[in-house]
Amino acid sequence: MSDLPPALTGIVEDFGALTERERLELLLDFSENLPDLPPRYAEHPELLEPVPECQSPLFLAVELADAAPTRQSLVHLFFSAPPEAPTTRGFAGILREALDGLSAAEVLAVPPDVPDRLGLAHAVSPLRLRGMSAMLSRVKRQIEKALVA
Amino acid sequence: MTRPADPNPRLAQYAHPERLVTTEWLAENLGRDGLVVVESDEDILLYATGHIPGAVHVDWHTELNHPVVRDYVDGAGFAALCRAKGISRDTTVVIYGDKSNWWAAYALWVFALFGHPDTRLLDGGRDLWIAEGRETTRQEPTVAPSVYPVIVRDDGPHRVFRDEVRAAIGHIPLIDVRSPVEYTGERTHMPDYPDEGALRGGHIPTAASVPWSRAAAADGTFKSRSELEEIYLAGAGLSTDRDVITYCRIGERSSHTWFALRFLLGISRTRNYDGSWTEWGSLVGVPIVKGDQPGSIGPA
Repeated sequence: MSDLPPALTGIVEDFGALTERERLELLLDFSENLPDLPPRYAEHPELLEPVPECQSPLFLAVELADAAPTRQSLVHLFFSAPPEAPTTRGFAGILREALDGLSAAEVLAVPPDVPDRLGLAHAVSPLRLRGMSAMLSRVKRQIEKALVA
Repeated sequence: MTRPADPNPRLAQYAHPERLVTTEWLAENLGRDGLVVVESDEDILLYATGHIPGAVHVDWHTELNHPVVRDYVDGAGFAALCRAKGISRDTTVVIYGDKSNWWAAYALWVFALFGHPDTRLLDGGRDLWIAEGRETTRQEPTVAPSVYPVIVRDDGPHRVFRDEVRAAIGHIPLIDVRSPVEYTGERTHMPDYPDEGALRGGHIPTAASVPWSRAAAADGTFKSRSELEEIYLAGAGLSTDRDVITYCRIGERSSHTWFALRFLLGISRTRNYDGSWTEWGSLVGVPIVKGDQPGSIGPA
């Protein structure tokens, strides 16, 4: 029984079934499928939080669907990273596909070692994976901040 | 068989013009015998998003570094890498990459540890090639494995270790190529970059601060020889017949400066301290200077 939300379980299984080289190709798919920012963020980049732990510039925003958010409120995630940073975009793409639309409680329950379960440490290097851990922890921190606000 | 040097007159000003090629030269020489083009980037996936036609990929983390020890591959590892990339001992290797060729220069420096005879940088790197609208492809070349001898790595001419650096303080000029905030000790890593871990902030006593980017023009090519002389000879007090040691945080940005000093200015005794700040800033008991002055050796 997985301790991960279903979409994330699926992604971890997909990566696990591949060779190292194919994992990099899948990561590139996530990179290329990362949606563009909606205009409300694209036109106001100051609303995004920088994630300096990534090797290349990445910015993210977290929204909770309700005006008075609770742990049941749905989470929406927005990421921005340049096309010259495909690895960073790939990590963002995984988190977006895995976590967008889950409840705040579900996102907060995602274990911090998820990046290590993708089988990328050897192919990508642990140093680069640190950026993904940082994105996840910053997403959670923003949710926690919104819940106590 | 190696390729003739790029005869472009712009390169003739440098001490070793044969160490650079222009984008024009590379475009004309793609696919010719005796040439292998290597892309080496910070981002491991960037090559897959599109690269110079025929170029192979070498990743610094997963292919140049030793998988376990903090070190580079050994002679057998380097030979295996070259064979897989179609590089023979007499191949002309042109290396290019992102970020004004940081990682390309770093890869070229590792090739130098094995004395590969003909390695060159693409002046301006990946960004200039793309800015000029030149062709890229996602098609990976089919590489015919080559023959490459096992060469014992010779660190001596190009690389220094911490004890040599300590002994060099006060005797050999040190060039710290990190950003000013890393030099003063305000930060241990670049803003917007991961902290690769150093327990103290500051610089090695006596090191002059010359950020790597001062060697690069706006388009990522190297500055002219007279500009480089102004920065490093007049400005930092280096001389072409003396030793110099460059360092940064992990040795990649300082490879860029190592290349400029050694091949463009002809300071043949330029060596790179790849342990750099991630080592020095965590070593027990070594002297460190904080602030914007080079400082002196002082008590440990």
